[in-house]
Parts: sequence; C-alpha cells; structure tokens
Amino acid sequence: MARLRSPADLAGIRQQVLSQRGEKRYIAINASGTCGLAYGSDQVFQAFVAEIERQGLTEQACARATGCLGFCENSPIVIIFPDDICYFRVKPSDVPEIVSKTILGKELVNRLLYKDGKGKRIVHEGKIPFYKHQSRIVFGNNRLIDPKSIDDYIALGGYSTLAKALFEMSPEEVVETVKRANLRGRGGGGFPTGKKWETTRNAPGETKYVIVNADEGDPGAYMDRSLLEGNPHSVLEGLVIGAYAIGSHEGYIYVRQEYPLAIENLFIALNQAREYGLLGKNILGSGFNFDVTIHRGAGAFVSGESSALMTAIEGKVGEPRPKYTRTAVSGIWERPSNLNNVETWATVPLIISKGADWFTSIGTAGSKGTKIFSLVGKVNNTGLVEVPMGMTLREIIYDIGGGIRYGKEFKAVQTGGPSGGCLPESLLDIPVDFDELTKVGSMMGSGGMIVMDEDNCMVDVARYFLAFLAEESCGKCIPCREGIKQMLNILNRICDGQGRTGDIDLLEELSEVVRDASLCALGTTAPNPVLSTIRYFRDEYEAHIKERRCPAGVCKALISYYIQPERCQACQICLRECPVGAITGGKNLLHVIDQDKCTKCGTCLEVCPPRFAAVLILSGEPVPAAPPQGTKVERTKGTQQ
Amino acid sequence: MKKVEKVTLTINDREVRVKKGMTILEAARDAGIHIPTLCYHEKLAPYGACRLCTVEISQNGRTRLVTACVYPAEDGLIVQTESPQVTKIRKMLLELMLASAPAKTIQDLAQQHGVAKPRFEAEKTNCILCGLCVRYCNEIKQANAIGFVGRGTERRVVFYPEIASTVCASCRECFSLCPTGKLPSETDGVCFDDLTLEDFLGARQARV
Amino acid sequence: MIQMLLEIQRDNRWLPKPAVVRLSKRLGIPTNQIYHIATFYKAFSLTPQGRHSVSVCLGTACHVRGAPRLLERATDALHIGPGETSTDMKFTLSTVNCLGCCALGPVIVVDGKYYGNPSAKEIERVIASCD
Repeated sequence: MARLRSPADLAGIRQQVLSQRGEKRYIAINASGTCGLAYGSDQVFQAFVAEIERQGLTEQACARATGCLGFCENSPIVIIFPDDICYFRVKPSDVPEIVSKTILGKELVNRLLYKDGKGKRIVHEGKIPFYKHQSRIVFGNNRLIDPKSIDDYIALGGYSTLAKALFEMSPEEVVETVKRANLRGRGGGGFPTGKKWETTRNAPGETKYVIVNADEGDPGAYMDRSLLEGNPHSVLEGLVIGAYAIGSHEGYIYVRQEYPLAIENLFIALNQAREYGLLGKNILGSGFNFDVTIHRGAGAFVSGESSALMTAIEGKVGEPRPKYTRTAVSGIWERPSNLNNVETWATVPLIISKGADWFTSIGTAGSKGTKIFSLVGKVNNTGLVEVPMGMTLREIIYDIGGGIRYGKEFKAVQTGGPSGGCLPESLLDIPVDFDELTKVGSMMGSGGMIVMDEDNCMVDVARYFLAFLAEESCGKCIPCREGIKQMLNILNRICDGQGRTGDIDLLEELSEVVRDASLCALGTTAPNPVLSTIRYFRDEYEAHIKERRCPAGVCKALISYYIQPERCQACQICLRECPVGAITGGKNLLHVIDQDKCTKCGTCLEVCPPRFAAVLILSGEPVPAAPPQGTKVERTKGTQQ
Repeated sequence: MKKVEKVTLTINDREVRVKKGMTILEAARDAGIHIPTLCYHEKLAPYGACRLCTVEISQNGRTRLVTACVYPAEDGLIVQTESPQVTKIRKMLLELMLASAPAKTIQDLAQQHGVAKPRFEAEKTNCILCGLCVRYCNEIKQANAIGFVGRGTERRVVFYPEIASTVCASCRECFSLCPTGKLPSETDGVCFDDLTLEDFLGARQARV
Repeated sequence: MIQMLLEIQRDNRWLPKPAVVRLSKRLGIPTNQIYHIATFYKAFSLTPQGRHSVSVCLGTACHVRGAPRLLERATDALHIGPGETSTDMKFTLSTVNCLGCCALGPVIVVDGKYYGNPSAKEIERVIASCD
C-alpha cells in the first residue's frame, strides 16, 4: 500500500478502487460483527466465497463480511448490491440456491425474504418497516464496508472530509462548525461537543489529548461496539479531525476488554491508516502529526466515567476524581484532554462534510442530528436503530420495533441505562430528546432502550439496577457505597415479602442524599431507576409491601406455581421436566405441585403444552388445597391424549 | 516582595479574604469557621470520600452542593455550611456510617448532628474507608505496607505482611489517624494478622 | 500497566504472585497499588482459574429475558456457583454485566463461543464437549 502524500493521492486511490470494482455485484453478510458470528454468519460468508468460486463468478460477484446490519434478531443477514435485495436467517445450505437464482439469474428466493405482519414478502431493505422509519446517516455505511478493508471506506469517500478539514479549514473553523451544529455528546452526558473542544483548545499547555470513550458499560447498549466493529474508520476520521481542531497530536481509544472483535478491527484499521499515511507524521502531506494508542479496559463500569477513564489510562485504579476542575483543562496527567463517545466522533465527519446547517435541519430545537438506540427486551424487532432526534418513543417501539412480542402488553421502557429511568405507557409520545427525557425523570444516556411487558416486575427492575450499581461502584465515597447498599437491602426485603410501611419513604430519603452528596455521576444518578419506578409504578411497590403480592408474577418469594385441575390433562411432561421432582401425579391422574419442594424455577409453566395452559402463577393469594391424590383428570373436548 | 493574589468569598454571610489557591475548607478554617470532616488531613492530598464537608455554594445565580475539601475558594463565591440540605446530608451520612462502624468517635459525631440509632443493618467492619491510613503510608511514609483492595461494598483496607512485618512495629503512625480506632484495636501489635490480602480473597470465596 | 496485567492474566488464566512482584519491580510501582488494581477490575483473578470459562450475561436486556434462570441452569450443570472454579480445575463460572449482543439474550459464553438461551440439555451437551 503506497503512502498517500496529498489529497490528490487520496482521490486517486478512490478512483482506482471504484474502477477496479466496476459493475461487480456485492454480497454483504454480517459476518464481521459479534452477534452475526454468534448466529453463524461466518459459515454463510464462507459458503458464499466457496460457491462464487465454484460457479466461476469471481469476476461478477464478491462476498463481503460486514459488521452489524442492525436487524440483529434476523441474522444471518444477506444484502445483495446494487439491487438492495435482503435475505434473512440465511443458512449455509441456502447459499448455492441464492447464487444460482439471484446472482446468476434474476430470480428471488422467496422464503428468505422479509415477511410482514400480513404475510406479504418485502424485497428491498428500504421498504422493510424496521429500516424504513430509520435515518441511518451514521450507521448505514456498515452495509457497504468490510471493516478489515480501508479501501472500502475510501471508496465511499472516506477520509476526504479529513482532507477538507486539513487543507481547506483552519482549526478554529472546524471548532466553530461543530459548535454551530450543536452536536451534543452521545455517551450520555449530552454536553455540547463544540464547547468542550473549544475549552480544550484554549486550555493552557502544549500537549493535549483526544480520547475515544469506547467503554460502553451500560448493560443493554451495544451501538458503540457495532460502530467500532463495523466501521472503525468513521470513528478514526472524526478523531483526527477533532485532534486537528483542538491542537492535539496524541490520542487514546479506551475500549472495554469485553469487546475483543472491536479491539481487533480497530487494531487492523489503525495499521492500515498508518500505512496510507492517514495517521502518523505529516498526514496527507499537511504537516499535521497525530497518532493513537489503544488502551483496553479491565472490567469496571465506573471506569467509563470521564475522569475515571483518564485515571485508568494513567495506569492507576480507574476511580473518578473528586476534583471540580474540568478534564478538558486538566485530564490525563493534568493535561487538557478532550473525551468524546464513539458515536459522537463518528458523527463529526458528516458535520464537516455536509455542514452545520444540514445537521441542524435534523432533530429538535435542543437535540440535533440522529441517535443510535439499542432497541432490546420484549420487542419483536430487536436491534440497533438510528433515528432523528424528536421521533417519539411510540414510533420507535411500534413502527420500528414492531410492538411487543408474543402479543403481550407494553408496560415500561427504560432509557439511559442504570442512570436512567423507566417510563410508562402514558409517556410513549414523548419525543426522544436530551431535555425532554430528563424532564420526566429519565435520560438519553448512551442509547439503551429496554422494553418491558406485563411479565416484568418494576420493583425487581429497580432492584436489578441497584444491584448492578452496587457491584460497579468504586466504593470510595460513603453516599454511593453505603447508600446504594442500604437501598438495595430495602428492595431485596420488599421483593422477599418483608417490606415494611415506611420503606418507600426511606428509599426516597436515601435517594436524595445519594443524589446530592455522591462524588461522581454513578452515585448522583443511581437513584433514578428507583425514583422513576416509584413515581410511575408505585402501585407495584405497595402491592409487594402491603399485600405481599407481585402483580407481574416475578418475585419468587411472593409467587406460587399452581396447576389448575380443570385444565390439567395429565400429559406428564411437567412431571418429568421438574428438576426437583416436586410434581406428583401420573397417567390420567391430576398433576399437583408440592409447594414445599417447588423452587419456582418456572419449568412447568414453560413446558405445559399451550393448548392446555394449565400452569398459573399465583401471587398474594393462598394456593387452593390440592385435590385428593389419585384424582383422575377431566378430559376436555379436543384435548385427546 | 511578590504580591500574593487574594480572593474574597462569603462563608455563612461573613466575608472571608484568603490566598488564591486555597480550598473552601482551608478558607473556612483560616476564618475560624468549623466544617466537619473525617477523611481530611492537612498533610495529605484531599480525598473527598466521607462527603461530610459538603457545603452549599452559589455562583452566578446557580446553587450546588460541593465538598469543601476540594472546591477552590473563588472570588464572589457564596458558601453556606449549615443549610437545611447540608444538614440533611450530614445526618444521613453519619447514620450510614454508624451502621457499619459504631465506634465512639462516629457515635459522638452522629449525636452532635441529631442521629441516635441507625435504621440500617450492616456488617460491622468498624472501618469507614476514609483512607487516612493508606494515604499516609503511601504519600508520607512511602512504605506501602497497607492498601485498598476490592471495589464497591467489597472494598477493604489490608496489610501486606511482607512489608508490614519489617516497618510497622517501629512506626504505627497511622494508629492515631484512624477515626474509628480500628487500627489500634484490631491489630495484634506486631504483625497484622486480621487484615491481609489472603484474608480478603478468602472472604471473597466464602461470600460466593 | 493495566495492559500488562491483562496479558499476564490471559497467558496464565490468573495473576500469580511472583508475576505481580516481578512487575512491581520492573515498573517501580508498589505492590499494594497493583493489588488494588487487580482486585478492582473483574478481568483479573488472584486465584487460578479453570481451563474452560463459562460466562452468563446479566445485562439488563438479558435480565429482562430471564438471565437469572439461565444462570440457574448453568450452576446446576456445572455444580459450581458464579465466581467459583470446579475442584478439578476444569471450569470457572462467572457473570458479566453485558456482552453487547442483546438480540441473542439471554446469553451464555463458553470459551468465547456465544449461545442464545440454551436449554438445560443444550448446556449439558456443550459442557460435555469440553475436554
């Protein structure tokens, strides 16, 4: 790979790559993303490579292993370009047929096309409801790129924005553009990026650092991973542009070690960029020097906090700093350090390329541009979705997410990770916007959007988050360490059926102190899940405390599994599957659960045939007395054994 | 003579003029105004762990709660050391501390702030993790015989016998710093058996 | 320094004391600081771990889809609890707070291979195939 010594060289390489490709058909398979791999996309990719060779089509077609394509649950995903034909849940055995019919011929393999709720098949990606309502300006390029190939990125115009910044703009102009675009941090804080850049730029000191925060500790959020795995160069380009704007020559990318593929793809990307002279000394002949080091995390959520992360880079324990000086002024080794989230950096090239006015035309008054959300939980269409700010929660969950799975009822949506809150059905028309979400007691956070249904207990959810935070707290300051611990104790008691009057008040009292006195944002935002669930789901708390009842049927100490005698058909499945042998009965004899032996594992409910649906979860009421042993079942019509 | 830059701030409605670079806590002490602390020591870098020195500040029309031991004294800053919010915080902090460290010093402080018996249960570690011992040993004595391990509620202070057995007997300066008295009372005076890394790892396994 | 500890952990499956002492001398960093880091971060273990690692994700999305039950299936199959290593040093079971593949949830990872909501039988099969 020859070093590129000028923007003209870059344009030249781009032309070269494009003309080499000519009219080739490209087949994208999501085999270079962790989820895709887990679904077996790699085997599908290999099958395509082999089949294309076998059928002698190497001049006409090429298989490309891309990163995350968003519609995770339907992996392996195959998209054929330029036709934009989408196949889902493709198996290696489907490949020869696809190649013969769709690549060689002009036919479709109907069974692999997306089927909508009415049974209609949809061919093109852009028409599929999941994708149709999205605005994938940042994430969309994943489809067109093999992350291990810098040429793919360049072919799309990659790094030409860097050339524009270096040769046609001054650093101050770059900062000004980002300021005018009103880009706000995508990691959770929502702090105006341009302002942070400006503070760092103006801070005293020659040596300045730029940092990519790829710690992504919020459970349920994985957009940063997918960006790094699928399009690392977009992040890199943004980083170099930012470094130029700020006057930094040294950067760090802090990636959590739980993301080995992201680290690998990043490593390859950095090396390729260096080979091309897009990183290192005299980038593209501009005279600007900049290089980057990857720093791996070691398994601590709190180290994703800005000041903690910088302390970890210094080689110390990644605890947040008690100081009130901004890290933009005094960061790594007390030098000005500008930290931004992966998604924020990936958005920068778009703003510089298309301009601040373009960016501000998308979104709401206070929140511009788009945001990538990880839509997970009890929705039909789980995946990563990118939408313009201002779209409502309802549109995201129903139009894109396809509503709640298995026909269940929506109960709550949790945004903002462990620092956020749970919002009820009545708030679904809230537009996704930094300030709007904060107003109702939640927050945007990193973009995790976890959908819950009638089978989720909100007290259990609050307890879950507190348990997470208690484990991840660094333990340094008393309000966070001891306060969260005591809040968790109370919630555990409530879920165990030992709730007391006054518990809710005590939770609120503790919440106030934890929020006001904690050293860092982990502590100050920790009460949010508890406070929001008390605010919107107080009835569930009261049921647990006053009636010893869990309305959702989740909290083990408050539920009992019961086989309804009028529905049991003595099929013996639950009897056999029960891991502790708690069910008595036999052929034609009613099955009864021995409540003393029952461990509430839920297996019986899972295995009872849907046409019988005999198992019920009871809560807050006594289990009806068991019929005498040896009682025969009543055969109901249409349930012949 | 070099002119020393000074700043003027208001603490509890009193004007206080101090050297630039001092923290609110230092400024308050300079002016004879008391702010309670537990993890603070003049010779050590401020730590910000106990949060007892929390005060309410107003600046540019914005009010917030900060810890006095680290926040710099600035011109025009308005500080309240005993506002209702601050008092509420201190009471709860002491109540939380009492649950795991019912030592006399903590009990006295708690009583001063109107807290009698904690409403909480906790393992009686008798340590509030103020870090005075660790910081003193690391920063001043530079012996590194004692250190933090673990995270969150698992966090503890342990001794490292290989080092402790050679230096601690003749030093013991951390003993007088310990606010709960755990150090002087729970070590056997020569080598510190109860608080080693091995004990910590053992306790971790047992919890699992 | 954290990077070096990660390498040592990866190569040995734990941080043996002699390695920590050597690292301390090489970098001039006191051992108590290294131990604070080693006990602060989940990636490190100060006791030897099993040849095969089994991790259950307890992230929010997985929790909402029943991760606690998956953990029960894993503990039943392995006869050890989270954080423990089997006496024959074959398996170490641990929990993770989000692996980032929520669509698969609830997820269990065995030696780097991801499985989405496996049944008790499937888990037994995977475990049996580990040498």
